[in-house]
Amino acid sequence: MATSDSNATVTIEVENLTVSYGPKPALLDLTLSIEQGLLVGVIGPNGAGKSTLVKAILGFVKRDVGSVRILGVPAEKAKGLVAYVPQRGAVDWDFPVRVKEVAMMGRYGNIPWYREPGEEDQRIVAQALEMVRMSDFRDRQIGQLSGGQQQRVFMARALAQGAEILLLDEPFAGVDAATERAILDVLERVKAAGRTLVVVHHDLATAAEYFDRLVLIKQRLYAYGPPKTVLREDLLSEVYEGKLRVFSDLANGEG
Amino acid sequence: MLEALQLEFMRNALMAAFLTGIACGVIGTFVVVNRIVFLSGGIAHAAYGGIGLAFFFGLPYAVGTLGFALLVALVMATVTLRARHRSDTIIGVLWAVGMALGVILLDLTPGYNVDLMSFLFGSILAVPTSDLWLMLVLDGVILLAVTFFYTDLLALSYDEDFAQIRGIRVEFLYFLLLAMVALSVVMMIRVVGLILVIALLTIPPYIAERHCGSLKTMMFLSFVLSCFFSTTGLWLSYTLNLTSGATIIMVAGICFFISVLLELPQTRKMLSLRKR
Repeated sequence: MATSDSNATVTIEVENLTVSYGPKPALLDLTLSIEQGLLVGVIGPNGAGKSTLVKAILGFVKRDVGSVRILGVPAEKAKGLVAYVPQRGAVDWDFPVRVKEVAMMGRYGNIPWYREPGEEDQRIVAQALEMVRMSDFRDRQIGQLSGGQQQRVFMARALAQGAEILLLDEPFAGVDAATERAILDVLERVKAAGRTLVVVHHDLATAAEYFDRLVLIKQRLYAYGPPKTVLREDLLSEVYEGKLRVFSDLANGEG
Repeated sequence: MLEALQLEFMRNALMAAFLTGIACGVIGTFVVVNRIVFLSGGIAHAAYGGIGLAFFFGLPYAVGTLGFALLVALVMATVTLRARHRSDTIIGVLWAVGMALGVILLDLTPGYNVDLMSFLFGSILAVPTSDLWLMLVLDGVILLAVTFFYTDLLALSYDEDFAQIRGIRVEFLYFLLLAMVALSVVMMIRVVGLILVIALLTIPPYIAERHCGSLKTMMFLSFVLSCFFSTTGLWLSYTLNLTSGATIIMVAGICFFISVLLELPQTRKMLSLRKR
């Protein structure tokens, strides 16, 4: 496993994390430190516990053993710091709500119930929309957006919330190549602004190109580090079992 | 129609159409976007138990029906939150048992001579002035609560998981929402009857949604449509001598189908956009 700069700030610290649903462990003794300002991909076969890891970082899962700390704070108490960006299929497209209203929802936790969003909230929302390149669409109804654009609106909501860590669940699933580029561009911008992004990803072909670090899991942590050190034939064959051939070409291709 | 307006029952009917339109616009919108149509149907039908209770114990109609509908709404809210995967079955049971209770209580009520049909199919032409005052109060309560909790209700309706993560009191709001559905349903029983309530609660918001960019405009347009359906249905039923509740729903239903047909090309375009 690759180690990274010891002087970088650790944002997500997972220690000996074990989570089980019933008798079968979803995650087993997982220890992982993710540094600030990285774009991290989480890969592994179906049922490897990728979503469970994301939920654990959100502080939304019951741990059997272990701890998850966000910037030194236990995950359950760090809710504002972490934002979840749902899959685009997860939300009602017909819902009559405008882009800027969705982004403003990120502020709700910060606005007391007795007052309207103020100038400061408006400024933060405008900034968040600018960051994801959606300012021109601020008055659009969400149903009139393309899949990639809606994903970016969810990211704006997460940024407006003031989150340091963005968790994304398969943002590239079912979008065309141009959209994939646009989403990646926005991920890079958010990263450049010092945020940490953890992205559940299933396409190994693009994993090396998109991410600074990869987390390879199947219940246990198999590897964490720069793509080159993770996409190794022996590791992938162990995790993906029979389907190795395709991936070995990939790993070699990326050199 | 003009000479009809001189009649008190006609004026009351129009006023009732307007007042229930407010509840329909505001709460119907939440019912549609939260996909709780079945649940609302359950509350409407179970409310019949409340009508039975009111007559059996000699309570005022509004007290029995409102109280019972609120109780059923709270039970249904609890069931949906606690037994999510079988909640539809339990709602279906409450739906039928509530009605059965109403029928049996009315059987047992000595010397009872209420026009049952008026509760099942509405009687907008027989709304007493006292009911209008009740509707006004219920509208006031609904508008006040929705204004107060608007942003929270919007967040809950759009993305419940996110609302929860952001610390919004999701469960409390859900109870509040279903309680307001109960209030709306009791008002609308007067106009179209408990069997047809669900159509008047959902058709106006459904049509409105296609033309609105925000929840607030959707509420307003639903209100306008609801008033239009009620008054047009009322006028047709008066001139053609048809049952008013059913005529109102027919008008709404025809507009519903026309709207769906007109929107077809746009819906196709939207679906292809979403693949990108």
